[in-house]
Amino acid sequence: MGAIAMPRDSRLGRAGMACPLETTIEIGGMPILVRTENPEFFEILGRRYGGFVNAAAKALFEFNVEIVPAGAVTRQSDAEEVGVNFSAGRWTLERGDFHAEWEPAARVGRIRQAANPYAIDSAMRILHSLLLAKQGGMLVHASSAIRNGRAFLFAGVSGAGKTTMMRLAPPDATLLTDEISYVRPSEAADAAESGYLAYGTPFAGDLAEPGENVSAPVGEIYLLAQGKENKIEAVSETTAVRAVMEGVLFFAKDPELVGHVFESVCELVKRVPVRRLTFMPDARVWELIG
Amino acid sequence: MSAIYVARSKSVAARMLGDQMMIMSAKDSTLFDLNDTASAIWQAADGQTPLEEIVEREVCANFEVKPEEAMEDAKAFVHELAGHGIMVVSDRPISEAEAQAKMRINVEESAKAEESVKAQDGKKSEGPK
Repeated sequence: MGAIAMPRDSRLGRAGMACPLETTIEIGGMPILVRTENPEFFEILGRRYGGFVNAAAKALFEFNVEIVPAGAVTRQSDAEEVGVNFSAGRWTLERGDFHAEWEPAARVGRIRQAANPYAIDSAMRILHSLLLAKQGGMLVHASSAIRNGRAFLFAGVSGAGKTTMMRLAPPDATLLTDEISYVRPSEAADAAESGYLAYGTPFAGDLAEPGENVSAPVGEIYLLAQGKENKIEAVSETTAVRAVMEGVLFFAKDPELVGHVFESVCELVKRVPVRRLTFMPDARVWELIG
Repeated sequence: MSAIYVARSKSVAARMLGDQMMIMSAKDSTLFDLNDTASAIWQAADGQTPLEEIVEREVCANFEVKPEEAMEDAKAFVHELAGHGIMVVSDRPISEAEAQAKMRINVEESAKAEESVKAQDGKKSEGPK
């Protein structure tokens, strides 16, 4: 249990907020309204998520962000460890620098953090990972880009070359992300044969550049490896599942949800070709893509 | 030799991928790839059929292997899976309810053991700053 205690007598809604500033941030087609009364933080939100603001969208959830002085949010356990737990209809998300609560049924949540983009970014990733888990989608450690109308994902651990692949991308490629790819099934006609769409995200890695707020059907997923030549090789389904599972961002330990994620990855691998991409690195690797 | 009964946990996620079964442990999300003989045993583990009969029917009848060796391998396999909380092994037939109850106990005991280890580690690391 963290050191932060939320008022038990109030719902997580907007009660008590004076002069709130609001913005609706839509990532992966899921609009979430974020409300704060702190102008400095509101500006941070604008800079961080500007390309993903959709004022016209009807929000699925509303989050009130309470800004507290840096260091005021502390957690007794490991500060870097993310805690995600569900109890009595409420998710609790916490790390050393933020504490959040979210009631899916009431469609409201609350985040307590300092005025910086890192905590809200982490809370957003966790929130989206939970939303996606029930929809057969996922956030995965992979860069992604659209080329010739299809999205290509490049999965790998830190240092595998996710950002490098985006730096080497030709001008006709549209950046979706160099760090965290957003994938979910879609019955829409534009999901094409794979049935999955990849969305641009503001979650940037070393490139420090948000992706474009667009989506495209997932064409292929590449497992990155660096080598002395550019080549694409087949991998077995079990290798593909294992590799994608290792890259999925999922913080909750709920066995049922973890099982959902496993099933989702198996389904993704069944429908989307997964191959190993060895590259030098060299811009010519993109001759193999798209 | 007394009979051995084996049952799958219903709380694990399992999926056939090509000709291989992949199982994920609910306890720690560890993934296991089962080869064709292991997959056959896993799928036949209904809690009611003795392991020896499963091995005879699913392994010896379909694969070129000596019964004694197959049984030894099967015992090692089921005990390994039981250690990861994805199978229950007993010397009596196992009902579905028993399998779930035993699985819960195994998982809870394992979680307690992990907490205990963490607590011990925490104590060890405590000291003058």
